[in-house]
Amino acid sequence: MGLAYKFDWSVLWREPYGEWMLQGIWLTLQMGFLAWIIALFLGIFVGTMRAAPWKLLRLVSTIYVEIFRNVPFLVQLFFWFYAGPMIFGKTLQFKINAISGLNYYVAVVGLGLYTASRVAEHVRAGFASIGQGQYQAALSTGMSQWQMYWHIMIPHALRLILPPLTTEFLTIFKNSSVAMTIGVAETTFMSYKIDSDTFHGLEATTGAMFVYLVLGMAVVKTMSYIETKFRIHGLVGR
Amino acid sequence: MFDAIINNLSYLLKGFLTNLELAICALAGGIFLGILVGLGRISKNRWVYHSVTLYVNFIRNIPLILVIFWFYFIMPILVGKPLNPFLSAAISFVVFEATYFGEIFRAGFQSISRDLVSAAYSTALTYTQTARYILVPIAIRRMLPSMITQSIITFQDTSLAYVIGLQELVRRTTIVDSMEVRSIQLYSFVAALFFVICFVGSRISRYYEMKSREANIL
Repeated sequence: MGLAYKFDWSVLWREPYGEWMLQGIWLTLQMGFLAWIIALFLGIFVGTMRAAPWKLLRLVSTIYVEIFRNVPFLVQLFFWFYAGPMIFGKTLQFKINAISGLNYYVAVVGLGLYTASRVAEHVRAGFASIGQGQYQAALSTGMSQWQMYWHIMIPHALRLILPPLTTEFLTIFKNSSVAMTIGVAETTFMSYKIDSDTFHGLEATTGAMFVYLVLGMAVVKTMSYIETKFRIHGLVGR
Repeated sequence: MFDAIINNLSYLLKGFLTNLELAICALAGGIFLGILVGLGRISKNRWVYHSVTLYVNFIRNIPLILVIFWFYFIMPILVGKPLNPFLSAAISFVVFEATYFGEIFRAGFQSISRDLVSAAYSTALTYTQTARYILVPIAIRRMLPSMITQSIITFQDTSLAYVIGLQELVRRTTIVDSMEVRSIQLYSFVAALFFVICFVGSRISRYYEMKSREANIL
């Protein structure tokens, strides 16, 4: 038997499936961008703490990074979604669970927290590669510790780590697909939903693959433009 | 306090064993196919190079969940009967992880300089000796840290086989949780199990990285 399967690619655009896919793509984009904002700011913050001259800050940020990197994202998401509301006690728990679209918010925040730990590691590596010279020069011009970080170290580190940040930005859209497990109707969820409606999951998931492929290529193109614009002149590299 | 975990411990740990088994299959297949992919990426043959590069770039842009679903949908069509979720997941993992291992191997192969090979030959080492005593040890030492890191990621990824109903740890936890409603302790337990293994793994990776750095070969 084997190839008795009849392909029906129209499940990608036929009513109402085309609309489902578009809604899914829209949610994937939304989640990616919102989570990226959280990941970037929190990641820079935690990464800077990792390189801070105070032991307590280093300890706290190290614990953060180690926990979020060493637990699968799926488990983190389930923890926030199922166990998260319980932490607040019985009365609040029911109120939280009653929030409409709770899974979406949990997914965005969870994805942001997870990606922040990865961004933090890149930021730390960026600081490490800047070296002592810049740091001492900044302080010797009379800058405060704060000014040194804000005006010298962070901008410099960010420009150095733009390529790995591009990869993270790509990964955030890919990882947003895990949100389907808590019922967020993004691209992967929709392709699965089309399967349960039509039994043409193969066509639906193939279509979804190309959605991610195009998204990935768009991110790479945009970021390579940004990378050339912000690259540090005089350094080896493209 | 840990009642839900203790009452279902053997059931949950059996799930964790499935994660480990899946990871071992994924690593064995992924590393083997990854070596071929790495060789293909440095191949002088245009056709080999371009087709392997296309495969790598395609897969690396796609979420693993989608790859798992795709194989779950296509395997029954190819084989004619539904595959069990473990086998289907294992195939998706091998195809997926091979692209990541392939890039590690490519970087490892490319990092060996021609000078090193010339130097080895000039000391009258034969080809096999050069490979055995110079090339392979250096390449392995250079690749080991990233290989361990990728293995940890693979192990974490096995939890995603949840989506096709594989009875692994997370799936079993959701089942236990639906009866016991002890989400905090159950999911903390799952997180702790993964954490311990992955944390130890990342320390081992860092140890080898330090060692190579001290030996000045990175």
